[in-house]
Amino acid sequence: MYVAVKGGEQAIANAHQLLGDRRRGDRELAELSVEQIQEQLRLAVDRVMSEASLFDPELAALALKQASGDTIEAVFLLRAYRTTLPRLAVSEPVDTSAMRIERRISATYKDIPGGQILGPTYDYTHRLLDFMQLAEGEIPTPARAEQALESCPQILELLNAEGLIEREADDGSEPYDITRDPPDYPVDRAARLQMLARGDEGYLLSLAYSTQRGYGRNHPFAGEIRIGQVEVEIFVEEFGERICIGEIPVSECQMINQFGGSREVAPQFTRGYGLSFGHNERKTMAMALVDRALRAEELGEPVNSPAQQAEFVLAHADSVEASGFVSHLKLPHYVDFQSELELLRRLRRAHAASQKAASDEEVI
Amino acid sequence: MNRSVLPRPDLERPALLDVHNVSRLYGPDKGCQEINFRLHAGEVLGIVGESGSGKSTLLRVLAGLEAPDAGHVAYHSANDDTLDLYAISEARRRALLRLEWGLIHQNPRDGLRMGVSAGANIGERLMALGQRHYGQLRAAGQDWMGQVELDPGRIDDAPRTFSGGMQQRLQIARTLVTRPRLVFMDEPTGGLDVSVQARLLDMIRTLVRQLGLSVVLVTHDLAVARLLSHRLLVMRRSRVVEAGLTDQILDDPQHAYTQLLVSSVLTP
Amino acid sequence: MNGYNFAYLDEQTKRMIRRALLKAVAIPGYQVPFGGREMPMPYGWGTGGMQLTASILGSDDVLKVIDQGADDTTNAVSIRAFFQRVAGVETTTATTSASVIQTRHRIPEAALSHGQILVFQVPIPEPLRFIEPSEQETRLMHALEEYGVMHVKLYEDIARYGHIATTYAYPVKVDDRYVMDPSPIPKFDNPKLHMNEALMLFGAGREKRLYAIPPYTRVESLDFEDHPFEIQAWDECCALCGSETSYLDEVITDDAGNRMFVCSDTDYCMTRRGEVA
Repeated sequence: MYVAVKGGEQAIANAHQLLGDRRRGDRELAELSVEQIQEQLRLAVDRVMSEASLFDPELAALALKQASGDTIEAVFLLRAYRTTLPRLAVSEPVDTSAMRIERRISATYKDIPGGQILGPTYDYTHRLLDFMQLAEGEIPTPARAEQALESCPQILELLNAEGLIEREADDGSEPYDITRDPPDYPVDRAARLQMLARGDEGYLLSLAYSTQRGYGRNHPFAGEIRIGQVEVEIFVEEFGERICIGEIPVSECQMINQFGGSREVAPQFTRGYGLSFGHNERKTMAMALVDRALRAEELGEPVNSPAQQAEFVLAHADSVEASGFVSHLKLPHYVDFQSELELLRRLRRAHAASQKAASDEEVI
Repeated sequence: MNRSVLPRPDLERPALLDVHNVSRLYGPDKGCQEINFRLHAGEVLGIVGESGSGKSTLLRVLAGLEAPDAGHVAYHSANDDTLDLYAISEARRRALLRLEWGLIHQNPRDGLRMGVSAGANIGERLMALGQRHYGQLRAAGQDWMGQVELDPGRIDDAPRTFSGGMQQRLQIARTLVTRPRLVFMDEPTGGLDVSVQARLLDMIRTLVRQLGLSVVLVTHDLAVARLLSHRLLVMRRSRVVEAGLTDQILDDPQHAYTQLLVSSVLTP
Repeated sequence: MNGYNFAYLDEQTKRMIRRALLKAVAIPGYQVPFGGREMPMPYGWGTGGMQLTASILGSDDVLKVIDQGADDTTNAVSIRAFFQRVAGVETTTATTSASVIQTRHRIPEAALSHGQILVFQVPIPEPLRFIEPSEQETRLMHALEEYGVMHVKLYEDIARYGHIATTYAYPVKVDDRYVMDPSPIPKFDNPKLHMNEALMLFGAGREKRLYAIPPYTRVESLDFEDHPFEIQAWDECCALCGSETSYLDEVITDDAGNRMFVCSDTDYCMTRRGEVA
């Protein structure tokens, strides 16, 4: 006799207990601390903060721990937490020209004012497994420049002074807030950049790659990539001025792309822009390429590749939305499946009947 | 070739389209500018010129798909209103395109719904008008397949299983099924083999005659223009350089460019 | 629950959603964009319905949550537990005792009454989406009532199968104006949308859209004159309560493929069997 499955509550509780157990793993080994994750899995922490749109390294590390290292699950945890936070103030735009630089490179000039600063990078490492780390060897203290860095002007500003690149100035308008308002396509560039900034890195990387392989090619040069600390300021009414509430690390990428221009405007390089929390170079480069691809229509270029189609790119960029909807297929669908079964059986009966009628006719 | 079978345009009724000083430019002399003409009910107007002359831009402006930079287009609607095409709402314009007009694209794939059967393609405009009887939709589909010389037995086949010429016939059936008052055709025989073209042209000509269609036809092919149109506009570098009755223009071109066009076509 | 507002969402957000709901009620069947928030459950698992429920829930409400018609499916259990935790409201499995019912994929068999609110979880709110992928274009099509293409799909079904082959999420026209996706309920439930006494609210969290059918609204399932809309029927009756009119789930009972049919609405079935749910 069939008995409707009861006790879903208990099953769920048991499943969660088992999950906790698997997360902890072998009890003989020391438990991983949130501090360790925050210090030693920095790039994962930075990625989670960027895609969750919340700067909080400790909570991002906690999310990674709770998610057993599953980045997308960690992003989701932190995003769900973020949505419950009150909005106390809105910061002034950060000034990345005043960044305290840790890494800064340009692919467009050999030597630049302020110099090329490699900083911590996987570039030029030979991708050989370092068995020393298996043995937990000591890491030597890095060499650091003794004098303070020279000032590092933005490379694109140098082009701007000559009028060689399109100007981009703050028009003072209130930017669209994707965390408060539903997307209303077509969205403007401010909304687009916000959506790309929290977009899944893997997805943006693939789209960016597709533009390089010819699907919406836009001839990019890495004008400048800079990573370092920027000050976050808020304007306090009571004081009548801005005050700095702290520093956060960010990565910024400015791509220089092939010309636009019209009868009125002389030919100029165009821009693609990427920015993210922490050290997230690959993400910002991909973002800048996709940003530029999405400007095709605005710049009068044909729109015929996936990376250029704003609704397609933006509506599918968010890993929280995407993973939720894909995973919802695990929910019961047996009512709808029953509907399909019923129809399919009916159609097959009708089909069989008509086949039989046809063969009877042949016999006659 | 017997041209007298094309019925005469109806000059008694108000003109269908009045085009005043229409301009739409993308660059110097790219697009169309200072276009003026009037289209009467039952008239077939050919717009000829080589590629880049601006004739397709003009067609898009006339069909309500692209707003002109200057000038206006007046359409005399079925309920006797005169509508300024770009002063009315987009909703009204799209309703016109759906209910009173037809647009036949050069590439039938642009005008057909490639994912659904021939019958659904023909039925779509009727359904948009509120036709809700499956049997009647199907009968109309079969009837129109016959009229455009397609096998009505293939009503459930997908357009992709049809040849290019057959797809074009299907697009024509899909467009004409609602008896539009005004039809825009953009190079309807372009991209087809010469032998296929000739049969298709013959069929279009028959339909135009039987249904008394009013047509704005864009083509680079003077032979097509000669066969189908009462009147011609010759375009070059965004402007109309010569206008008049088809026979007059083709037999006795006045403008140097038209003379060049006519002489470059081998007369059979 | 400590640290969270009543029913999880902050009051500002709830007010924003209620304003959007008022608009939805004023324009039946019209999809109202709203500033959807992340919920602590995945998108696609009912976050839209949950945000609506959270916004309308008061401390004296009695909440019922069903998934596939049943109160005891895992997702229903999970959502009900969530609201017990964050709102502390009374919950029930009895359709008639509930003031708010959140549902996924079913409308209860028992008739709803005036004053009750049914909240649907919606995955894809746009009925035109599978014909026209662009949101810009579909919004325009709704504005202009360009709905001919909906019948193209139905035509195609009949041409191919001899029947309209849409069995769930069957499109409806609301108050003779907007074509609407009733969420993936089986078409069996479509007639219950028509002139229902209850207020029906639809929330799509991921797509950030909500819409409504106010009480006593005409709701018509799209069809052809000569192929009228029909609902599913079974040769069997419910093996537990004997109902011949309810929507049945098929249950495979052994390896030999033997099966039985039982009501998908567990409360309805138990009430008929005289059991207390």
